[in-house]
Amino acid sequence: MTEPTTQAGTPAPRRKDERPGRAGGASLNRLGDRKKARLEELAQASAGKGGVSLFRDALRRLRRNPAAIVGATIIALFVLVAIFAPLIAPHDPVQRFDELTSRLAADHIPGATDGFPLGSDELGRDLLSRLIYGSRQTLFVGVLATLIGLAIGVLLGAIAGAFGGWVDNILMRVTDVMLALPALLLAITLVALASKSSQWTVILAVAIVSVPVFARLLRGSMLAQRESDHVLAARALGVKEHNIVLRHMLPNAMTAVIVQATLTLSVAIIEAASLSFLGLGDPNRDRAEWGAMLGDAGVRYFEVRPELAYYPALAIIVVALGFTLLGEAMREAIDPKNRR
Amino acid sequence: MLRVIVRRLLQLVVTLIALSALIFIWLRNLPGGPVDALLGERATPETRALLTKALGYDQPIHVQYGKFMQRILTGDFGNSIRTGDPVIEVIGRAFPATVELALAAMIVAVGLGIPLGYLAARWRGRALDHLTVVGTLLGISIPIFFLGYLLKDVFTQNIHWFPPSGRVGIGLDNTNITGFFVLDSLLTREFDATADALWHLILPAVTLATIPLAVIVRMTRASVLDVLNEDYVRTAEAKGLRHRTIRGRHILRNALLPVVTTIGLQTGALLSGAVLTEKVYNWGGLGTLITDSITGSRDYPVLQALILLAALVFVVVNLLVDLSYAFIDPRVRVR
Repeated sequence: MTEPTTQAGTPAPRRKDERPGRAGGASLNRLGDRKKARLEELAQASAGKGGVSLFRDALRRLRRNPAAIVGATIIALFVLVAIFAPLIAPHDPVQRFDELTSRLAADHIPGATDGFPLGSDELGRDLLSRLIYGSRQTLFVGVLATLIGLAIGVLLGAIAGAFGGWVDNILMRVTDVMLALPALLLAITLVALASKSSQWTVILAVAIVSVPVFARLLRGSMLAQRESDHVLAARALGVKEHNIVLRHMLPNAMTAVIVQATLTLSVAIIEAASLSFLGLGDPNRDRAEWGAMLGDAGVRYFEVRPELAYYPALAIIVVALGFTLLGEAMREAIDPKNRR
Repeated sequence: MLRVIVRRLLQLVVTLIALSALIFIWLRNLPGGPVDALLGERATPETRALLTKALGYDQPIHVQYGKFMQRILTGDFGNSIRTGDPVIEVIGRAFPATVELALAAMIVAVGLGIPLGYLAARWRGRALDHLTVVGTLLGISIPIFFLGYLLKDVFTQNIHWFPPSGRVGIGLDNTNITGFFVLDSLLTREFDATADALWHLILPAVTLATIPLAVIVRMTRASVLDVLNEDYVRTAEAKGLRHRTIRGRHILRNALLPVVTTIGLQTGALLSGAVLTEKVYNWGGLGTLITDSITGSRDYPVLQALILLAALVFVVVNLLVDLSYAFIDPRVRVR
């Protein structure tokens, strides 16, 4: 295994909570502390001689990978549009314009006209403004779903990985049950359980689908470390068990989880769109969200005006692609196999 | 080996029982449960209580669950709330349609995926490789229901190559033996019906195959690239073995190991994707059934049976894949 990524590369100060006395220190602990300080000095000395931490090395490789640059650029643009939506959007996304509604018919939705570069949506609102504002809701749904999934998954995985034994066994059976259903079916089930679908049922459903993935990933990585040399070294030095878990095992395992979160973001956005398509999405039709725009009106009016589907679909594809590109480049970068 | 199988089977049974218990408890005790679904929101408390009693929901939960499991094990899933038919029949009618679609999609995904992945790896950095990489990235980034509408628009509206929806053309609804239309028409030697069924199958199968195809191509490519760098491949080349032998025995056989697992996991993508694809093409299989039993008033008996069925299929397929590993790779057997 590699060095813990958090400390490597930065000057490592003595850790405060390990000081003897404060931790009810026995003399053994003090001895261990001194040894550890010496070890860290040595580590620093060797790091100074041109050693590169895994993290820096990964970052360096990431910067040279065109896929990562493209992915990061897409995401940056996406976030910028979301932040500055009110400044960029020409109109209010919720307002229905008379000049557009008057031209709506069962078999006609007006295209580009003066002041409305992408034309109207199915209710006479400005499609361009809705797309621009849609980035906000899409980002919100995707990020929140991923964060909730990440938080629960990391909690379960860390507990399982830290304790092992029967705790691990029980928690992994729980993830087995979640994994027994294919992702979208699990999400459908979860939404169906709520009496009415709302934006929150969508977010929660998409979040819970990703929980077992995060939990298993973290657990696997932590269990692998239990037997590894750096944990053995820490244990031999008398570092407390909870500190080994929190400071030595968890930081190492988190890299993979963060990479997975990047990949999950793209899946989350697509899954939210799929739920909308099945009629289980956010019923609030004022709220502009790409998945809902595509899955609901986009396909319902596909034969009248396919642009209602094309634009949000394009937005979703590009953003999903951005997260996938960056996520995979990150995964490649942290893979020790690619280290030269 | 036997011990591994037994342990995995036990795990599988425990997982399914836990899942059934969860679904059982959830579906009965949440707002909008079966009583609300049957009576609507404006029912009086009296009628509500009567129905609750009639359905047996007033009994302790473990008694209810016991009865539920007893009925399930004898194949009795109750009756559909929507149509009143026994759930097992409703599902039985839709099942072959989905299996036919999923199998067709899998054939497309594996049949195209492995050769494409292999070629991309062999010609790494060439045009075909770049095309494949970009294509697979697009494949996993596109919402497949949108792709379905796109294909439908191009191939049925603009150029009339394929029929827009359904499983057979009008007037060709042939004798139903197995429910697999392609197979049925072959059995009865109505070959024009076979052609028609296949013709209807192509677009939905391609749509459903998108994600598994992309994943299988990527996996094969990565795996072949790994193997190409192995010493034993260089040794084989140095020995002067024929390229065909090296390709078949040394590269493909080793590279396909991880691909097999991927194929198993893609069953999940197929089940999920079927729900979307069937809605796009009005296919009338299990996916359509799921959508129908959720939208509007919720058809809980059908829904719960479908969820359990999906879980069973998914878990069993993955178990089979894991076990098949031992047959493909002798190293696994030793452990």
